[in-house]
Amino acid sequence: MSILEVLAIIVPSTLLTAAPLIFTALGGVFSERSGVVNIGLEGLMSVGAFTAAIATLFLEHAGFGNASPWIAILIAAVAGAIFSLIHAVVSITFRADQTVSGVALNFLAAGLTIFLVKLIYNGNGQTPYIAHNINKISVPVLSNIPIIGPIFFQQVTYTSYLAIFVSFVVWYIIFKTSFGLRLRSVGEHPAAADTLGINVTRMRYIGVMLSGFFGGIGGAVYLVTITANYNVSTIAGQGFLALAAMVFGKWHPIGAMGASLFFGFAQALSITSQQIPYIDRLPSVVMMVAPYVLTLIVLTGFVGRAEPPKADGIPYIKGQR
Amino acid sequence: MPYAIEMKHIRKEFPGIIANDDINLQVEEGEIHALFGENGAGKSTLMNVLFGLYQPDEGEIYVHGKKVRIADPNDANRLGIGMVHQHFMLVEKFTVAENIILGREPTIHGRLDMTKAVKIVSDLSEKYGLDVDPMKKVEDITVGMQQRVEILKTLYRGSDILIFDEPTAVLTPLEIKELIDIMKRLVKEGKSIILITHKLKEIFEACDRCTVIRRGKIIGTIGIGETNPSDLADMMVGRKVNVRINNAPYEPKEKVLEIRDLTVLDSRKVKAVNQLNLTVHGGEIMGIAGVDGNGQTELVEAIAGLRKVKEGAIEINGNDVTNHKTRKIIEAGLGYIPEDRQKHGLVLDFSIGENMVLQTYYKKPYAFAGVLNNKVISKKAKQLIHEYDVRTPGEKTLARSLSGGNQQKVIVAREVDRSPQLLVAAQPTRGLDIGAIEFIHGKLLEEKEKGKAVLLVSFELDEILHLSDRIAVIFEGRIIDIVNPKETNENELGLLMAGRKKEEAQA
Ligand SMILES: Nc1ncnc2c1ncn2[C@@H]1O[C@H](COP(=O)(O)OP(=O)(O)OP(=O)(O)O)[C@@H](O)[C@H]1O
Ligand SMILES: [Mg+2]
Repeated sequence: MSILEVLAIIVPSTLLTAAPLIFTALGGVFSERSGVVNIGLEGLMSVGAFTAAIATLFLEHAGFGNASPWIAILIAAVAGAIFSLIHAVVSITFRADQTVSGVALNFLAAGLTIFLVKLIYNGNGQTPYIAHNINKISVPVLSNIPIIGPIFFQQVTYTSYLAIFVSFVVWYIIFKTSFGLRLRSVGEHPAAADTLGINVTRMRYIGVMLSGFFGGIGGAVYLVTITANYNVSTIAGQGFLALAAMVFGKWHPIGAMGASLFFGFAQALSITSQQIPYIDRLPSVVMMVAPYVLTLIVLTGFVGRAEPPKADGIPYIKGQR
Repeated sequence: MPYAIEMKHIRKEFPGIIANDDINLQVEEGEIHALFGENGAGKSTLMNVLFGLYQPDEGEIYVHGKKVRIADPNDANRLGIGMVHQHFMLVEKFTVAENIILGREPTIHGRLDMTKAVKIVSDLSEKYGLDVDPMKKVEDITVGMQQRVEILKTLYRGSDILIFDEPTAVLTPLEIKELIDIMKRLVKEGKSIILITHKLKEIFEACDRCTVIRRGKIIGTIGIGETNPSDLADMMVGRKVNVRINNAPYEPKEKVLEIRDLTVLDSRKVKAVNQLNLTVHGGEIMGIAGVDGNGQTELVEAIAGLRKVKEGAIEINGNDVTNHKTRKIIEAGLGYIPEDRQKHGLVLDFSIGENMVLQTYYKKPYAFAGVLNNKVISKKAKQLIHEYDVRTPGEKTLARSLSGGNQQKVIVAREVDRSPQLLVAAQPTRGLDIGAIEFIHGKLLEEKEKGKAVLLVSFELDEILHLSDRIAVIFEGRIIDIVNPKETNENELGLLMAGRKKEEAQA
């Protein structure tokens, strides 16, 4: 097997596993840039995945065909945004501890989604499989380019490209627009923003709800491209991985994307190891822990000290000096 | 003609303290009105009420004769009220231009137009003579420039009533002169200004009228033409104040601080201190005079172990402490009053008591076997609060809620009370009222008389001239001259600080 063939296996797989992480990590960036720590990404992904499953099944039934999963992603995004309101109300309006609120969000999402699944499917612990996944395709024309084609444009889903594209859009929004400037100011020095007439509470609500929106997309993408049905173990740690990617990427959209791709790569390596010569001889246990070991090594060794937004995690109390 | 601002019967209470008690304030159109009063008198509180940051418990506000309700700074901005805060309201990670335009950004279809922003800032800065570098990050600029950024923020918003809360506390004499010129120009353009300051000189140079506040109450409003500095000072403090002068004999003892060929880089990796040599003896106050940005900050931080020494050595009492941990250096005999009280001097969310034992909490009698003895800490704190006249409901109060000057007193109390072999005091009286300055000066002189070494860094040439036994002039990271305060004056010092040689300066 040539290097080229190995890459043609690993890169598409990386892109596939990274996409949900990218979306979710971008959500985290919005929230924490506005000054609200969001441990609840995992829960937001669960809500997104659950909603996507139900919505796709419903839409398929209603005859939307191949458009079903795409519309479902949008519905899941809205569901995520609404669910994240809980975190916003508790931690911004009532100034409760943001970590505790985020953890609560995770428990609530896990319990609620499975409860609803059982309610809808007569006690069954999982949803049926959706019929219309977002499938792996070969991009017309581009996939025929020698070398690059097989690596980057075959056996991929459009959601992966979308995720990368959206990362740049988010970067633009956060660093190049007045909205982004205000969002960051609220996460760095809310009192200063307040004296300039920026509504700190409103900006933080928007930040948190965007994290719900993108977390919902992340969960939905995971469902419609990878698992195709929702059960207890559908979302098991991806949200935390996305959180790590956000930190690893230094609260920067492009950084978060890069980190997500790296985590995706680590997972792809373990998933595809059976197909890759030499590596396939290693015991499977090694390949299963490899992503995490690799992550730890990179986190400790190669990334400098990451500095969060200055007011990240600190409730803003007007008139306190 | 109606007043630009009229505040009637304003009352504002905080837990345990009435910060404003039935305050009446009238500011005429086009005047510079001074607010003068002791630390903790309630000046900032009153201005925060006017700016919409605090809601008064009682009272009414009229702007240009119309009764208004100012619920938040947005309302204040809309009414043309701008405020330069005592503690900067700047986003350190943002550039100067970003800080100024924040909230009112020039955009093209939602995209930030930074080219335009930079141009707006440069134009404003040129128009009012406020020198700033629009592209630099705020965390990399001097305190003086940060202040100018704050002023530009209000000018950019086109405010016609400007509140300056102690703008000059962090400025150098030259910058103060410039600021006063700017204020006069602004008033000519039809703006009205409220200026809070503790410096009489500025009031008499810049202001038309002055309102004196003491312990939350109005003492009176007086035209500047009808009074004189010493009467005004007495009116504020409620007793006679006198200027402390170092007239104890100069009898230097053994070396306490020795600095050899010291080189320190600033945050941009440029040599801020360059091959500097300096010796300070017991029983002397060594003043460091220099224009802001000539390496004073970095020198002091290097001594305190807060900034890495690139080359050279620092010895305290003969022990090499170069690049040692701050605690080690403190144990070697350092006391340190930092320039930036909120960043390096205090833990704002700790109580006053806890702040008072920050270097000693782990030792007897404050702790035993790792457990704090709160009774002893409280007792110590109470004693220092009393001795240094910190205005607060008690030692359990958070440092954050203290007025600016009282935060400073807490630091000075902590450092001086330990009576260290070497006391490094950077701008020790910044933001203090006249009475408190008199007191702190007395304390520094006492330390000297006890045979301790004092290194005093200050932009106040008066302070340097009155207290020092020797004055080291720092320029571009080097000590270019050491002069005897009795044989020099402000003019000569000013020229030396600008980098002139002594012969030139005297000519
Ligand atoms: N947010 C707050 N919470 C609690 N106490 C406060 C608060 N703001 C001010 N105070 C108290 O109100 C009093 C007046 O404070 P203020 O800051 O107005 O004084 P000031 O006149 O500006 O003094 P300085 O010259 O030292 O700045 C002080 O005793 C202060 O501790
Ligand atoms: Mg004040």
